[in-house]
Order: sequence, then structure tokens, then C-alpha cells
Amino acid sequence: MNLEDYKGIYVFIEQREGVIQNVALELLGQARKLADELNDKVYAMFLGHNIADQAQSLIARGADEVIVVDAPELTEYTTEPYTQAICQIIEDRKPESMLIGATTLGRDLGPRVSARVETGLTADCTKIEVGANKELLMTRPAFGGNLMATIVCKNHRPQMGTVRPGVLFAMDADENRTGEVVNYEVKFNTAKFKVKLIETVKEDTDLIDITEAKILVSGGRGIGNEEGFKAMDGLAQTLEAEVSASRAMVDAGYIGHERQVGQTGKTVRPDLYFAFGISGAIQHVAGMEESDLIIAVNKDKDAPIFQVADLGIVGDAKQIIKKLTERLEK
Amino acid sequence: MKILVCISNVPDTTTKVKFKEGDSLFDDSGVQWIINPWDELALTRAMELKEDAGNSVNEICVIHVGGASADATLRKALAIGADKAVRIDACPADAYHVAGQIAEYLKENPFDIILSGIESSDYNGSSVGAMIAEFMDYPGISSVTSVNLDDDDIQINRAIPGGKQVLKTEAPFVAVVQKGIATEPRIPSMRGIMMARKKPLEVKPAVELEVLTESIKFELPQEKGACKMIDSESAEQLVELLKNEAKVL
Repeated sequence: MNLEDYKGIYVFIEQREGVIQNVALELLGQARKLADELNDKVYAMFLGHNIADQAQSLIARGADEVIVVDAPELTEYTTEPYTQAICQIIEDRKPESMLIGATTLGRDLGPRVSARVETGLTADCTKIEVGANKELLMTRPAFGGNLMATIVCKNHRPQMGTVRPGVLFAMDADENRTGEVVNYEVKFNTAKFKVKLIETVKEDTDLIDITEAKILVSGGRGIGNEEGFKAMDGLAQTLEAEVSASRAMVDAGYIGHERQVGQTGKTVRPDLYFAFGISGAIQHVAGMEESDLIIAVNKDKDAPIFQVADLGIVGDAKQIIKKLTERLEK
Repeated sequence: MKILVCISNVPDTTTKVKFKEGDSLFDDSGVQWIINPWDELALTRAMELKEDAGNSVNEICVIHVGGASADATLRKALAIGADKAVRIDACPADAYHVAGQIAEYLKENPFDIILSGIESSDYNGSSVGAMIAEFMDYPGISSVTSVNLDDDDIQINRAIPGGKQVLKTEAPFVAVVQKGIATEPRIPSMRGIMMARKKPLEVKPAVELEVLTESIKFELPQEKGACKMIDSESAEQLVELLKNEAKVL
């Protein structure tokens, strides 16, 4: 492999039902910065069906060229057709690096592509920088955020990374930017399509994704009962926040599993996390300790939640919720 | 049908995480090791499938890539109910390396269903399962919340944002499983622990594989400042702090 032959930063543009996802714009913004530093170009790989009309918008967000792969096989994401399309682009174009959002989809696509083209993958990066030899330095958290490891892929290309949504910054749309949109045709090997999609079921309960909330109002045992949760709902509405909970409250049936924060629930990183009446068992903390600002309210001054909190109040969670809601409504 | 469950050996979730050698190595002194929680759920589902008479699953094997410190964890998997354990004796370098070792084993010892947890609770890479599928040229499905075998007809549910996909595939295949695949992990019974002692735990030498990624630097995240305590009578003060200092409201 002659590394000199590999050029360009390629970004996978994730779309769901034709809607370009925020993470794709964040990756484009980051790729733009890296490309300017490396004197290289940004290529957006836009896969789907009947999506071409949105290609131009990706140029305003940082792409120099948009590679549109429009095929019925790509209407809904399944692993093999998407892997084949990306791998064909890699073989054809020889990218220097490739960024994919570390979403449900990207965490499936990334490893599959990297194994097929035999290159290194850094999963779930939170920072990407240019190194002394123009290689990419990808930094990712491990051990639940207790260690940051910086990883390089020295001898193989493209240098691949999946990048956590919400940590990098999209650039503002610049309509004066110019670039090219090209249609790219992929020859699919349908003999390898061994997973058949029978149906896609939409579930209302999953529509609220607490991992995307900017503010979470979370409750535990100290909230007590349904009434306590109603009060939390009120505060959440005032703050335009979402309600979440610890496992105890989900098991008690006060709230659905899709709103559970913690090791067997979801890992959240909102700007602001309220922990009301949550003691802070390690299983819960693992799911929220990376929140920007944590406010804990607990009647036990020795509760472990205060070790991860930025602001703490020792007191009755229900009373504090009431006071806070009243004060905020003013 | 035979099921292979990939097992990560991870520090117990209550372990205080420490590092040594310039923060480049995980300090495993005094660490309690457990089966990675997602892998434990995968093993539990494998057991349920074996016990169900409606399919032909008749053997469950667990596999791990790592050193002898994982043997106790593999014995626990045998106590839960796996028939056999295999440890590839290698120091795992990255996901590509681990998946490559497991794929080499699979080439000699074919299985119909390969289950892998969606991520390990230590390095959280979420890559091994998809890479095994690729190395073996098997179909691979991620975010799997249910695997059902109706007379060996394979039906899989996969979680997607806002709902789920119902999929069909053919064996052999890899399923990367997440919560929902089984309700509660199984706990070994006394009888299971006794039986586990007699079950085979095979140690295989590793194969030479190129390692594609290299960790060049480790850092500890910035320490959090101490928690600032606010008087419980003063909701005003909290609102002020949120507005002015934290600028979140």
C-alpha cells in the first residue's frame, strides 16, 4: 500500500427517511477544518434513494464534492448494501481518511467496512487532530470516560473513525461555497444480500430519545410516587426538558424503560442533568457522569451522587422541585 | 445447531478504575472480573434457545481472547450453562485483532449462530461482532433485541431510532445483541457450579495477525471540582447560579 496514493477526507452522510442527520453536518464541519489544515478536500458520501435534491446543501456545510449514490437498494439502511457501496468508493477513490457518525447505524457500518478493506478503525471518537506527520490523531474515551486514548492508524488507509454525535461542531451554512455534485453508480453483488427486511415497525415509545435532550430532569427513589413524577413533569415542561429516571423507578412502573438512564438503560450527556432523589449507584452514574453540568438533590448528605455533581442540595427532592418550578415560572 | 457466544472479561462495574505506567495501562490489581453484561445477556438467550424444544440448538460454546486471568470468568459461563469454553491465549490489541482470532477459530470449528454483546464495558468499541461477520463472510446484524428460531427459521428484531426492523436471515450468521435480548442474566446454580468443573475449557494458541491501530497517548480526563453545596431553603440561589454561572437557562 503506497500511502501517498490516498487523498481526501470522506464523510459518510447519514440520512433517515431522507432527512440528513445533525451528526453528518458536525462531521462535515470537522472535516472542513482538517482539510484546511492539511490542504486537502472534503468529500461527502451521500447514500440513499431519491435524495439527490439535498446534495447541494452539503456543499454549503463544508463539502468540496458530494458523491451521490442513489439506488433502491439503499432506501433503508441494511448492512451489506451500504458496506458494498462504501467499499466500492474506497477502492475507486482511495480516501486518506473516512469519518462516520457513531450512531446505531455507523457503529454497524464502520467496523464492517474497515474489516472489508483491512484498515484500522477508531470507534466512538470525541476529538480528531492532525499529527506531526499529517496523520490523524483520534481520541476516544474508554472505561466509561475514565481514560482518554489517542489512536493512530499508521500503515493503512483510509484512517477510519466513528465519531460520537453532539461533540463536534457543524459550520453555518455558507451559500457562497462552491463545489461539485457527482452521481456515482455502484454495482451491487446481490448474492451477498442475506438479510431480508420483513418490516419496519415504528414505536411511539421510542420517539423520545433522551440521549438527544439538552436538559434532563431525572428522578429516583427519593421522588417516591406518581405525584413526585408529575411534579418532575411540570419542572421539565418549564425548562423544555425531558424526564428520565433511575432503574428503580422504571422497575416500579412509574416510567418507561426508554427513559432509563444507566448501565442497562441509556448513556446520556446533556448540557444539564438534574438528579432528584437519586442516590448515585455506580450503574446509574455510568450512564450520566459525562453530562456537562450535574445538579443533585438528595436528603442524604453522604449520597454518592454528590461525588459526580457540580451543584448539590441536601434536602427533600419533592420540595425542591416545587420551589424551583415556582421560581422559574415567575 | 451450535451457538458460539463471544465473551469479554471486564472489571466489575463497582471497580474503582485506576491506571499505571504513565496512565497507559489499566491497573488490574485487586480488580474483580465479570462477564461483560451484554455478553451475559447473549449467553442467557443462547441458553433459552437450547432449552426450547422448538429448534435444534444443542450446543453452546463460549469463546474469549485473552490471558489466563479470564479463566474464572469462563468457568462462570460454564456454570451458567455453556457446554464448552475456549480461550485464545493472546493479549488483545484492538477489535480487529480480537475478531481476527475468533474468525480463525471459526474457520476450523464452524458454528451456526455467533452472538456477541453490543459493546464491552471497558473499551466500549462495539466493533468485534461486525468484524467477525466480515472475516467469515457471514451476514451480521447489529442492535439485535430478539433472536427467535421457529423450527430453525431465523427471525431477528433489530432496534433502530424510533422503532424496530423485523429481519430474516440464514445460518451461519452473527448477531450483535443489546438489552432486551434476554430479561435478566442467569445466575449459576450450585449444581451448575459443580458441573462447570468437569466441562472442557480449551486454551488455543493465538495466530499471528497484523495490528492496524496503535494507541499513542493516554490521558485522564480533567478532575471534577468539588460539588458546590447550596442551602435547601434557597431555590433562588440555584436559579441564579444556573442563569449566571452555568449559563444554561
